[in-house]
Amino acid sequence: MNPALHYLLTAMADDALIQGHRNSEWTGLGPIMEEDIAFSSMAQDKIGHAWALYRVLHEELGGTDPDRYAFLRNEKEYKCCHLVELPNGEYDFSLMRHFLFDHAEAVRYSRLEQSTFAPLQPLARKLKGEIKYHTLHANAWISQLCRAGEESYARMQSALDYCFPLALGLFEPGDHEQELVAEGIYPGEKALQDLWLDRIYNILALAGLNLPDAGTTEPAYGGRKGYHTAFLQPLLGEMGAVFRTDPEAIW
Amino acid sequence: MVISKENIYKALEQVMDPEIPVLNVLDLGMITAVELDGETVHVKMIPTFAACPAVDIIRRNIRTVLEKELNTPVTVEIDKTAHWSSNRMTDAARQKLLDFGIAAPQVHNGEAYSEILLQTPCPHCGSDNTYLRSPFGSTLCRAIHYCKDCGQVFEHFKPLE
Repeated sequence: MNPALHYLLTAMADDALIQGHRNSEWTGLGPIMEEDIAFSSMAQDKIGHAWALYRVLHEELGGTDPDRYAFLRNEKEYKCCHLVELPNGEYDFSLMRHFLFDHAEAVRYSRLEQSTFAPLQPLARKLKGEIKYHTLHANAWISQLCRAGEESYARMQSALDYCFPLALGLFEPGDHEQELVAEGIYPGEKALQDLWLDRIYNILALAGLNLPDAGTTEPAYGGRKGYHTAFLQPLLGEMGAVFRTDPEAIW
Repeated sequence: MVISKENIYKALEQVMDPEIPVLNVLDLGMITAVELDGETVHVKMIPTFAACPAVDIIRRNIRTVLEKELNTPVTVEIDKTAHWSSNRMTDAARQKLLDFGIAAPQVHNGEAYSEILLQTPCPHCGSDNTYLRSPFGSTLCRAIHYCKDCGQVFEHFKPLE
């Protein structure tokens, strides 16, 4: 199996899986009904995207069965970034994380449409189209909450300041970076991060928020190498509980 | 019944989308190929949304309906090379959706459809004086809008690139 591709797909899928599970935790708890529905729908999309990526690993690269791979690994084998691991917290944090994360995915999938790894092209095109609705949702709420009074605006700025170093962790280069770039599989994390910064800057500036300086911010790295926050293990325990009860069960 | 392509398509008209029961799989543009290999019928299909929970049910329904109608073995495969876009939906399907009370996806040019989402005509009164309340609705393919003229909330089958 190609270890570089295996690594890249795992990192992307793990991000989507964990973010999807965090989104699903808003089900029944959303501040208004539409938000309850929105986070539940995005959860469904993201877990579906993770599944599609695990399936590429399984079918094209000889990886493990997607369900087993999603739920039966040790914490250290997960390659998700720290941003997605954190508990939902207040709505401002969840919304800002969703905004930063989904724009990063939009940028990533739009570049993967041109990947030299052919199975990724149609998938990236499909996921990119779906993520448009996620970013549309995030943009609308960021803009509304920044215009909703002083406290609301201050909370959005503070959520941005808190999330930003964590979000830089989405672009942590992995061990196989050079190989992946050289083979034309994707343009590399640095290029994606630059595209992402341009994209989010324009929306944040319209909302009157100040984007921290990526050059002087210490990124929350480690996730891509298997070093995680204390929040991941309990979440993995919860996520996999039903599957581990009987991995051979047929649903 | 004779197993011909024509009859296979006719049988496919009976396979409805479980989430929007007025639309069949052909209306939605989900069928990408139909082939006859001796007595076996091979159908290729594409899901509308990657995480659509109805895909397996639709696959099973296609097989069951076709096997019953044509009395021959049927295989249904996901076509990984084809891409579903809401532009694949037929005009007849758009009218059926509207009659069902759901706004149809606008035909798009593949880019920037967030603008067209904002003035989706109301399926009840036809007014353009509407706004997008949430890009997410009761299923992955639907959005929720509000009509300022007739005061009704309505659903919209979202355009998808």
